[in-house]
Amino acid sequence: MLNNLTQPHEYPGKLFVVEGIDGSGKTTQLGLLAKWLSAEGHRVFVTEWNSSALVKAATKTGKKKNALTPMTFSLLHATDFADRLLYKIIPPLKAGMIVLADRYTYTAFARDVTRGVDRQWVRELYSFAVRPDLALYFRVPIDVSVDRLLARRIKLKFYEAGMDMGWSSSPVESFRLFQGKVLDEYDHLVNEFGLEVIDARGSITDQQRVVRNVVAQRVPITRVEITDDEPV
Amino acid sequence: MTSPSDPSEPVTGGDAGANGEGPAGRYYGRGVPYLPMQDYPGKLIAIEGTDGVGRSTQIQLLREWLEVKGYGVVETGWTRSPLMQPTIELAKSSNTLNKLTFVLLYATDFADRLEKEIIPALKAGFVVLSDRYIFSALARAGVRGVDRQWLRNLYGFAIAPHLVFYLNVDVKTLIGRVLAARGMDFWESGMDLKSGDDIYDSFRTYQQKLLREYSSMADEFRFRVVDARRPIDRIQDELRKNVAAFLESSEKPAEPALTR
Repeated sequence: MLNNLTQPHEYPGKLFVVEGIDGSGKTTQLGLLAKWLSAEGHRVFVTEWNSSALVKAATKTGKKKNALTPMTFSLLHATDFADRLLYKIIPPLKAGMIVLADRYTYTAFARDVTRGVDRQWVRELYSFAVRPDLALYFRVPIDVSVDRLLARRIKLKFYEAGMDMGWSSSPVESFRLFQGKVLDEYDHLVNEFGLEVIDARGSITDQQRVVRNVVAQRVPITRVEITDDEPV
Repeated sequence: MTSPSDPSEPVTGGDAGANGEGPAGRYYGRGVPYLPMQDYPGKLIAIEGTDGVGRSTQIQLLREWLEVKGYGVVETGWTRSPLMQPTIELAKSSNTLNKLTFVLLYATDFADRLEKEIIPALKAGFVVLSDRYIFSALARAGVRGVDRQWLRNLYGFAIAPHLVFYLNVDVKTLIGRVLAARGMDFWESGMDLKSGDDIYDSFRTYQQKLLREYSSMADEFRFRVVDARRPIDRIQDELRKNVAAFLESSEKPAEPALTR
């Protein structure tokens, strides 16, 4: 088994990832983090889960026809990830940039296992991944996430709500059941992979303050350096 | 001879669990937890071998013969899933594949066919003839330097076939056949490995490496090695003899009931 995911990488850049269920607010937080890091003069690259052009057609076909099984769902996402890792994530890391990933391998570990895929198999599947310098997990109670999503959108998406599992014909109820189990899986991941837990119930600004404090410990930030007593 | 196993030998390899031993009909590795394998009545027979070795011709003939004998036959082939075929074709033509995504696209295609074609057919009692199986994927990826242990874990969800026939050929014979039939293509020549611009040299080097990879898997996966340099009907005879022996040992054929 490859051990890239458990060993620190040796690239000059930094890889920060955000994790959490839908409605946890992680994308909002990632956007604010990107703004701040750019303003600090860092070169930032953002990449999103399941966004490569390569597998877009297959994912779309599969999703439209609800034809994806837990295994093909898992493998398609791994394909997308491999494509982005090699074309979008590693090159900026080599160039010394900061890569911000909206969801990472932990999403697969949580979701695919909830769908019934073997826990160890999916970990070994992703063992070619680069270990992040920091993985922020936005933990949110299921009710808060449901309320946020319902306030913003008309309809929950089929796979997002875990409708493929056939646990409930009501999208909201299915979402609760499915994402509730995903939350349990994330809780296992916190210790296994050392995820940094952020309480995602707080206000956007409070959360962002916490996020920036944690990130500041890992990248040179001018404001932090001011407290240093080194003369110019 | 570049390949370690001598193609002039008749059939070798283990019995791949014909007597209920070994992994035949079971997952190789961790499998698919939500699809536990039971003793399904169907049989899975894989025909393996490199490009242009004559797999599809042999499968055609085998199918005819099996159906005449009264067996229901289902065929499955690499990259033939409706889910993945368009994507794989597109990726191949646009040259955007790197070795990892290559492997994973094929694995997705295989998972789709496994769940939607192979397992249902085995449950329903068909003989499934697979044109290539995971071994082609393992060989191609192995030649491209993908971690072998990672590959074996990845394909841990594959079912071990009841029989694996490996059509073995030397590269010289192969070159003659491929040139006579249709010419050398980009992927079959391993041009993505960028070992040179000359397609002939690249084909020879790449296929030699592939043949070596296949041979190195013969014991691990219990290949029955068939000398594919011989005429079509001689190869077919050997396949039929082996398939007949296997099927007789594992079930009663439908023939007596039909002729009664």
